[in-house]
Amino acid sequence: MTDPAASGSAPGSAPGAGLSERLTALFWRRPGLLVALLITPPLLWLGVVYIGSLAALLWQSFYSIDEFSGAIVKEFTLKTYAELGLQQNIDIIVRTVLMAAAVTVASVILAFPIAFFAARYARGRWKAFFYLGIMLPLWSSYLVKVYAWKLILAKEGIVTWAANGIGAGPLLDGVLALPVIGGGSLSTSYIGTFLVFVYVWLPYMILPMQAALERVPTSMIEASADLGAGGLRTLRSVILPLAAPGIIAGSIFTFSLTLGDYIIPQIIGSSRYFIGQAVYSLQGTAGNVPLAAAFAVIPIVIMLVYLTIARRMGAFDAL
Amino acid sequence: MRSDRPPFALTLGAVGGLLFLHLPILLIFLYAFTTEEKSYQFPPPGLTTEWFAVAWNREDIWPPLWLSLRVAAMSSAMALILGTLCAAAMSRAKFFGRDSISLLIILPIALPGIITGMSLRSAFALGGIPFSTWTIVLGHATFCIVIVYNNAVARFRRLGPSLSEASADLGATAFQTFRHVILPNLGTALLAGGMLAFALSFDEVIVTTFTAGQQKTLPIWMLDELVRPRQRPVTNVVAIVVVVATFLPILGAYLLTERGTETAGGGK
Amino acid sequence: MTPAVEFSHVSRLFGTVRAVDDVSLTIPEGEFFAMLGPSGSGKTTCLRLISGFELPTGGEIRIFGAPSGDVPPNQRQVNTVFQDYALFPHMSVRDNVAYGPMVKGVPKAKRHALAEEMLALVHLDGFGDRKPAQLSGGQRQRVALARALVNQPRVLLLDEPLGALDLKLREAMQDELKSLQQRLGITFVFVTHDQGEALSMADRVAVFDQGRIIQVGSPSEIYERPATRFVADFVGSSNVLSPAEARALGGADRWASLRPEAIRLLLPHDPAARLSGRVTTVRYLGAGTRIGIEVEGRPARELAVLIPAGQPVPAPGTMVALGWADPALHPMEAAE
Repeated sequence: MTDPAASGSAPGSAPGAGLSERLTALFWRRPGLLVALLITPPLLWLGVVYIGSLAALLWQSFYSIDEFSGAIVKEFTLKTYAELGLQQNIDIIVRTVLMAAAVTVASVILAFPIAFFAARYARGRWKAFFYLGIMLPLWSSYLVKVYAWKLILAKEGIVTWAANGIGAGPLLDGVLALPVIGGGSLSTSYIGTFLVFVYVWLPYMILPMQAALERVPTSMIEASADLGAGGLRTLRSVILPLAAPGIIAGSIFTFSLTLGDYIIPQIIGSSRYFIGQAVYSLQGTAGNVPLAAAFAVIPIVIMLVYLTIARRMGAFDAL
Repeated sequence: MRSDRPPFALTLGAVGGLLFLHLPILLIFLYAFTTEEKSYQFPPPGLTTEWFAVAWNREDIWPPLWLSLRVAAMSSAMALILGTLCAAAMSRAKFFGRDSISLLIILPIALPGIITGMSLRSAFALGGIPFSTWTIVLGHATFCIVIVYNNAVARFRRLGPSLSEASADLGATAFQTFRHVILPNLGTALLAGGMLAFALSFDEVIVTTFTAGQQKTLPIWMLDELVRPRQRPVTNVVAIVVVVATFLPILGAYLLTERGTETAGGGK
Repeated sequence: MTPAVEFSHVSRLFGTVRAVDDVSLTIPEGEFFAMLGPSGSGKTTCLRLISGFELPTGGEIRIFGAPSGDVPPNQRQVNTVFQDYALFPHMSVRDNVAYGPMVKGVPKAKRHALAEEMLALVHLDGFGDRKPAQLSGGQRQRVALARALVNQPRVLLLDEPLGALDLKLREAMQDELKSLQQRLGITFVFVTHDQGEALSMADRVAVFDQGRIIQVGSPSEIYERPATRFVADFVGSSNVLSPAEARALGGADRWASLRPEAIRLLLPHDPAARLSGRVTTVRYLGAGTRIGIEVEGRPARELAVLIPAGQPVPAPGTMVALGWADPALHPMEAAE
C-alpha cells in the first residue's frame, strides 16, 4: 500500500487560468450572477411572450370598433368596456361565473372521497392504482373526453337507452322539460354542459386535495377520535380545515378552466353563450377584436382576485 | 373513525368516482367499431373493423398529425430548456422577487387558456406577425414550461446542494459538476417533464385555435369533426390514436419519476 | 513551519446572525484538530469556510500561508468528508472514488488503480462495482473517506462523519480514523458535537459556542482546566460552583469547576473533610456509580460524585463527608 501523503506534493495548485476555471471562480465569488444568468432566458420568454401578450390584450380592449365600417378604431376609449355593460353581455358573464361556481362545488364533493381514500387508505399497489387512475383521465386528451360525452348524452345515446331500459324515460323527459337547465336532449342542455365540465376538470381537484390530505397526520385524526369526536365531526373540524389549502388550489383550476372554456359549451350545451364562446366568436366571425379582448379581461380580473386570496391562504404550497 | 378499514360510504364514493372518470373513455373504443355512421346510437347495431382502414386512407388526417407531432416536439424542446433553467435558478438560495417569478411561471396554466390564446392573437395582430408553425409553438412552449419546471424543481430539491459541493470539493469546475453530477441525476426528471409537455402540446386545442390561423393540428381537425361530423366512427379511430399517444408518455413519466412521487399534483 | 490553516479575526454573518464571530485560530500541519460545540455554534460554518463553500464576511483565512479569499473550492488543497457522505448515487463506488482524478484528466486505467488503492486503504477491497445504495452506513462512510483522500489533500475536513453510525461502529471508526491520520500524517479538521469523540481522537480541541471559540487546548487541558462554565458543563459533566461558594471552600473569587470523579467520600469527622452532606440519589452507570449529595449549608445545594467501580456505595439517606485535593477545585472566569 502506498502512502498517498508521501507520493508527492498535492495536486490542484492553481492550474492555468482556463476559461472554465475562471468562470467557476466567478460563479463562486458571485453566486447571484449564476442565478441571474439562469433565470434571464425563461424570464425574458415569459415576460416578453406572455406578459407582453397580456399587455397587447389589454391594449386592444381600449380600442373600439367603428359601427358602420366594422374597422378597428385605434384610439384610446372606454366605449368597448361600456358595451360589456349591455344586458346581454352581463347575462353571459353571470351565467359563466355561476357555472364555474357550480362546477367547483360539485368537483369538491366528488373529489373528496377519491382523494381521501387515496391519501389515507390506499397503500402499496393500491396507491399506484389510484395514482394512475387519477393521472390518466387528467392527461388524456381533452377533446376525446368531450367527445365521449357527446356520445353518452346524445338523444340516441347511452343515457337515454339506459333510462328507457330501467323505465326512467319519463323522469329524464321531466328533467329535460325543466325551465332554464333543461333542453331538447342532455347534450343541448345546461345539465349536459355542467356534467361535462365536472367530468373534465375533476382530476384537477383530486390531485391537490390528495396532496393536502396526505399532509394531515394520521395521529391527528386519531387524536380527534380519541377525544370523542364522531366521524363527521372529525371531518368537519379537523380534516376539512387541514385540507383547505388543497381544495383552494384545486378550485383555482376548476374555476379558471370553466371560466375560459369555449369548446365544451359549444359542443354540449344550449345556444346561449359563455364568456369563452363570446370571446371566440367576437374575435373570429364577428371581427370585433376590441370587445373580445375586453371580454377576456374579465376572467383575468376574477382570477387575479381569486389567486390573491388563495395565495394568502397558503394554497400555492399545495400546487 | 379507526385507521385501517375505510367506511363503506367512502369506498363507494371513491370507486364510483374512479368509474365516472374512466367509463366514458372506454366508450370511445366501443364506438370505433360500430356499423352506424350517422348517429351515436346505443347499443351499436353491429360491429366492424372497417373504420381503421378508412381512417388510414383518409388523406386529410395525415397533415394535421404531422403538424401536431412537429409542434409538440418543438414546444417540449423549448420548454425543456426554459423550464430547467428556471428550476436551476429557483432551487438555489432565496433571492429577491422569487415569489413573483413562481407566480409568473404558473400563470399560463392558472389563467384560462382562452386568455393565453386571445392575448397571443392580440399580440400577433398588433405586431403584424403572420400565423405559422412558430406562432403555435410560441403559445405551447409558454404553458409547457411549468410542466418541466415542476418536475425539475422537485428533483433539484431532492438532490440538495451537497452533491454539487462534493463535486467542487473534489476539484470539478462548475461545468464538470453539471456534466457529471447534475445532468445524470436530473435526466429522468427532465425526460418525464419533456414527455408530459409533449403530451400536453399534442392535445392542446384552446390556445391553438387562436394561434394557428388556417393551419390544422390534429385536435383542430377533431374539433371540426365534432362540430360538423362526416364519418363519426373515423373520429373515434383518431380519438383512440390520441388516447394511446398520450397514455404512453404519461406511463413513461410515471415510471421515470419513481412512481410519480415527484409529479404528483404536477398540475397539467 | 507554516501552519496548515490559520484564521485571523474571521466572521461570517448570515443576515444579522453572527454564525462565526471574530474567530482566530492556528492549526499546525499534521495535527488532528477537533471543533466541538452544540449545534448552531458555528463549527460547521468554520469548516465550510476552510473548504470554500462559505466566504468570510470579515477577517482572513490562510491555508498553508496563502490567503484563500480568491481560491474557489475546486482549487483548494483540502477535501471534505460530508456529514451525509454526498456519494454520487448514479456512479459505482469505484467511479465515486475516482471522481477527483477523473475531473483532473487522469486516464481511466490509472484513476481506477488509484481508486482501488484507496478502497484498500479503507478496507473496502472488492466493493468497487457496487452502487452506494447497496452499501451499509459504515461502508458508505469509508467510501466517502476514500473519495476525499484520493486527491491527496494536505488537509482533510470531516463534518460529523460518524454521526449517522451506531455506537459500536462509531467506536471502531474512531480508532480507525485516528490510526489513518497518524499513518498519512496529514492534517485532520474534525467537526463534532460529541465531546467524547473530540477528547478521544483529537490532538487539540476548540470548543465553540454562539459563533465564538471559548477555549482551545489539548483534550486534557480542556477537560481538567475548563476556561468557562460553558466548557466545564459541555465537556464532560461538572459541579460548577459560584464565586461565593468557591471562596467559602478556600478557592479564588471566581467561578470554579469540581469534577465529580475528583471528589472522594470520607468517613464523617475525617480531618481532610471539606464538606458533609446526605446522599439523595444513586445512579449505577456500569463503569462507576454516580451519587447526588445534598450538602449542608446555606443555601443548600447538590453535588455530584462519581464513585469508581468496586468501591462501596453509600445508601440514600446516609451522611457522608467529602474531600478533594487542592488542584481539583479549578478556578474559571471571574464573576461578572
